[in-house]
Amino acid sequence: MTRHEKLIGNHDRLHRLQRLHLLNRLHRLGDLLLLERLHRRGRAALQGRVSRIQYRRASAPARRRILHAAILTAAIFLFMGAGDTDARFKDLGHRMMCACGCSQILLECNHVGCTYSDKMRDQLSAAIDKGNNDDLILQGFVQDYGPTVIAAPTATGFNRVAWIMPFAMLALGIIFVAYVVRSWKHRAAPALADGIAIPQGNELDELRLKARRETDL
Amino acid sequence: MSQIGSFALMLALGLSAYSFLAGLLALFNKDAASARLGETARRAGIASFGAVLLAGIVLVTAAFNDDFSIAYIFHHSNRDLPAAYKFAVLWSGQEGSLLFWSLLLAGYGFVLRLRYKTDQRLFAYASVVIASVQVFFLLILNFAAHPFAVMQGGTPVDGTGLNPLLQYPEMVIHPPMLYLGYVGFTVPFAFALGALIMNYPGEKWIQITRRWTMVTWCFLTIGVFLGAHWAYAVLGWGGYWGWDPVENASLMPWLTGTAFLHSVMMQEKRGMLKVWNMSLIFATFLLSMLGTFLTRSGVISSVHAFAQSSIGTWFLVFIGLTLAVCVFFLLKNQSHLKSEHKLESMVSRESSFLFNNVLLLAVCFTILWGTFFPIISEFVQGHKVTVGPPFFNRVAVPVALLLLLLTAIGPLLAWRKTSLESLRRNFLYPMIGALAVGGMMILFGIHPWEDPSYFYATLAAVLAALVIFSVISEFLRGGRVIAGKSGQNLFAAMVQLAHRNTRRYGGYIVHFGVALVFIGILGTPFNKEVEKEMGFGDKINIGPYTLVCQSYTQDDNPNYGNEWAIINVFRDGKQVTTMFPERRFYKASQQPQTLPRIYPSFREDLFLVTDVYLVYEGKNETTGRPIIKAHLNPLVPWIWIGLIIMVFGTIVALVPNASPVRVAVPAQVRTPAQVGAGD
Repeated sequence: MTRHEKLIGNHDRLHRLQRLHLLNRLHRLGDLLLLERLHRRGRAALQGRVSRIQYRRASAPARRRILHAAILTAAIFLFMGAGDTDARFKDLGHRMMCACGCSQILLECNHVGCTYSDKMRDQLSAAIDKGNNDDLILQGFVQDYGPTVIAAPTATGFNRVAWIMPFAMLALGIIFVAYVVRSWKHRAAPALADGIAIPQGNELDELRLKARRETDL
Repeated sequence: MSQIGSFALMLALGLSAYSFLAGLLALFNKDAASARLGETARRAGIASFGAVLLAGIVLVTAAFNDDFSIAYIFHHSNRDLPAAYKFAVLWSGQEGSLLFWSLLLAGYGFVLRLRYKTDQRLFAYASVVIASVQVFFLLILNFAAHPFAVMQGGTPVDGTGLNPLLQYPEMVIHPPMLYLGYVGFTVPFAFALGALIMNYPGEKWIQITRRWTMVTWCFLTIGVFLGAHWAYAVLGWGGYWGWDPVENASLMPWLTGTAFLHSVMMQEKRGMLKVWNMSLIFATFLLSMLGTFLTRSGVISSVHAFAQSSIGTWFLVFIGLTLAVCVFFLLKNQSHLKSEHKLESMVSRESSFLFNNVLLLAVCFTILWGTFFPIISEFVQGHKVTVGPPFFNRVAVPVALLLLLLTAIGPLLAWRKTSLESLRRNFLYPMIGALAVGGMMILFGIHPWEDPSYFYATLAAVLAALVIFSVISEFLRGGRVIAGKSGQNLFAAMVQLAHRNTRRYGGYIVHFGVALVFIGILGTPFNKEVEKEMGFGDKINIGPYTLVCQSYTQDDNPNYGNEWAIINVFRDGKQVTTMFPERRFYKASQQPQTLPRIYPSFREDLFLVTDVYLVYEGKNETTGRPIIKAHLNPLVPWIWIGLIIMVFGTIVALVPNASPVRVAVPAQVRTPAQVGAGD
C-alpha cells in the first residue's frame, strides 16, 4: 500500500468520523486545551504526518489518557447526535427560533398563517443538502434573520456569561452552605440553665433511639 | 354601569388607604385610642373587600350585558361569546386581571382580618402590610389601567371578541388558580414582614401562616400545571413547556415557595434559618410581583403575554420600594433572628434541607437569569440574544435531577444525625428497585450512551423510581408496625399512619406526585411526529398506531366557523378511537386558531401510556385536503396524574393530625419532641 493510498484510507476514516459528527461536535469544545491537543494529534495521525507509533508514543501517560477518555465520553454524551440528514434537520431546527416573532422554536412553530417557518425550514433543508456544516448553516441564518434566530446564547464573547453564571451561582451556593454547615458544627452549644446537662455519646444515642421509637409512630 | 364600577374602585382605594394609614398610626402607640384607631383600620380593610367585590361584579355583569360602552368589554368580549368565557373576561385583559388581583387580595385580607383574635398585634401588622399592597393595586386601577374607561365616540354594536387562545375551558380556571397562588403569597409575606418589624418572639407566625402557605402553594402548583396543560392542549406544537418568560414567571415563585415550605420546618423544629426563611418568603412575594410585571409590562416578548402596557414603571417602583423595606428591616432586626441550635451532622435532615434550598434557588436563578439575559445582552452588547429552551434544558435539567435525588434521600434522613446503618437499611430496597428500573430500560433498548437525551431520561427514571420506592417503603415500614400492634390490615394501618402525622406523610405523597411528573417529562426524547396531507382513506403510521382519515368537513356557529377532520385511530388492526382535530376562525376577532385533539392510551398501555396528539395544520388550497400533524408523546399523561397526586398530598398535609404525637423523654433533653419526629 502506497503512502498516497494510506492517506486516502485515513481520509476516508476521518470522513467517516466526521459523518458520525464526533470530530465536528468535539470541535465545539475548542476552549478545552486538552481536547484541542488530542484533536490535532488525532488529525495529524490520521493524515499520516505523525506515524501511529509516534502518535502512541507522544500520547500522554495512562492517567492523562483516562482523562482524555473521560472528556471524550462526556463530550459524546453531551454532543453526540445521529449523523443522518433527518436528525441534523431536527437538531438544527430545534436550535433556532422562528423569525416571525411568535417566540417558538423553528420546528415547533405551527401558528396559523406564519409567513416565516415554512420558508426557514426549506432554507434549512437546502443548506443541509448542500453539505454545509452546522456552524455555517447557523451563521447563514444569523445573517438572514439576525442574532435572535439562535435559540440559545452562543459560547462566544459576552454570551459565555449566560452559560457560566448559573453554574457559578450553584457552586457559590454549595460553597456557602458547606461553610455555614461547618461553622454551625463548630459553634458553641447554646447556654443552658443551671443544673441541665446535655447528654453526650451513648447516652444521647439511647435517648435518640427511644425518642424515635416513640415519635416516629 | 361604568360609573358604579368607577365609584366602587375609588371607594376601595379610600378604604384601603385609610386601613393602611390608620393601621400604621395605631401600631406606634399602645393606648386605648390607638386600639380604637386600629379597630377602625381593620374594619375599613374588611369594607374594602366589599367595594372591590362590587367593582368585580359590575365588570362581569357588563360583560354578560354586552355593555360595549366600556372599552375593556369592547376589547375582550363580543355578543356571541359563550357565557363561561364572558365570566373569564374578568381576567383576560390587563385592567380586568389587575382588578381580579385586587379582588383576591381583598378576599385574603377579609379572611385574615376576621380571624384577627388569634394574635391581635401580629394580625394588625400583617393587615397594614396587606393594605399597602392593596393600595398599590388600587392606585394602578384608578389612575393607570382603569377597567371602566368608556368608549369615545359612541357605543359600538359588537365587541372585538376574546383572544381565541383564551377560548378554551381551562382558561376559566387556570388564571384564577395562578392568581390565587401569586396573591396568596402576600399573606405569609405580610406576616413575615410584620413579625420582623415587631421583633415577634418565637415561631408562632410560621405556625399561623403554615396553612396559608400550603394552600397558596397548592393553588400556584395547580395554576402552573394547568398553564402547561393549556399550552399542550391549545398551542398545538405538541409540547407543554416552552420556557416562555410568562411560564418562567410562574415557576420562579413556585420554586422559592417550595424552598420556603421545606426550610421553614428547620425553623419550626430547630429554631434555625430564621434570616433565610424571611429572605425566602420576601423573594417569593417579590417574584410573584415580578411575574405580574413580566406579564403586564411587555418588557420581554412572550407567547402569551396577553395584556401589555406601560404600567411596568409602577411595578418596578413598587418592587424596588418593597425590596428596600424588606432589606432595611432584615438588617435592622437581624439580632432577633439568631439561630438557636447548631448543626450536628452533614448527614441529617437539616443539611438535606439546606442543599435542597440551594438547588431550588439555583434553578430559580437560572430561570431568572435566562429570562432577563436578553435585556442584559442588549445593554452590554447592543443587541438582544434569544434565551430559549435549549439553554434552560441544558442548564436547569441537570440541577433538577439533583433535586430529584435529594427528594429521594432527604425524607429518609433523621433530624440532627443519621447513622450509616440506618441509611443503609432505609435505602437498600429502594436503591435496588431504582437500579432495576434503569436495567430494564437498557434491556428494552434505551441505551443512555447513545444519546444525551436518553442518558437524562434513564437517569430521571432511576431517580424517580428511587423517590417512589422510598416513599412506598416508608409507608410500608410504618404501616407494618401499626398493623402488628393493632391487628388492622396493612392498608388501613398506612391510612392511620398518615393520619397520625399528616404533614409528614402528606409531604411524602407530594414527593410521589413530583416523581410521577418527572416520569411524564422523561418521555420527551421518545416523541415522534409525522405530518401528512390526508384525503379520504389516507393513512399515517406512527408508532403502533395507524391513523385513517375517514372524512373532513366544516361547520359554523355564531362565534366561529371551523374545519375539522375525522380520523379513526387503529392499533393492531382494531379501532381504538376517533379524533377530530380542528381549525377555527373566530368571527369577532377575525383570528384563526387550531385546536389539537389528544387521546391518552390508558386502555392499551396502563403504565407506558402515550398521547396520540393530532393537529389540523391547515388545508392544501390546491387539493382542498387537510394537512394533519400527528405526534406520539409517551408518558405525558403521568404529568397530569402527578399533579393530582401532589394536590392530594397537600390536602392530606393540611388535615389535622389524628392524635398528637406524645413523647416521653427525660427532662434534661432540651428539645425532645424534635428528635426523630420528622415531617
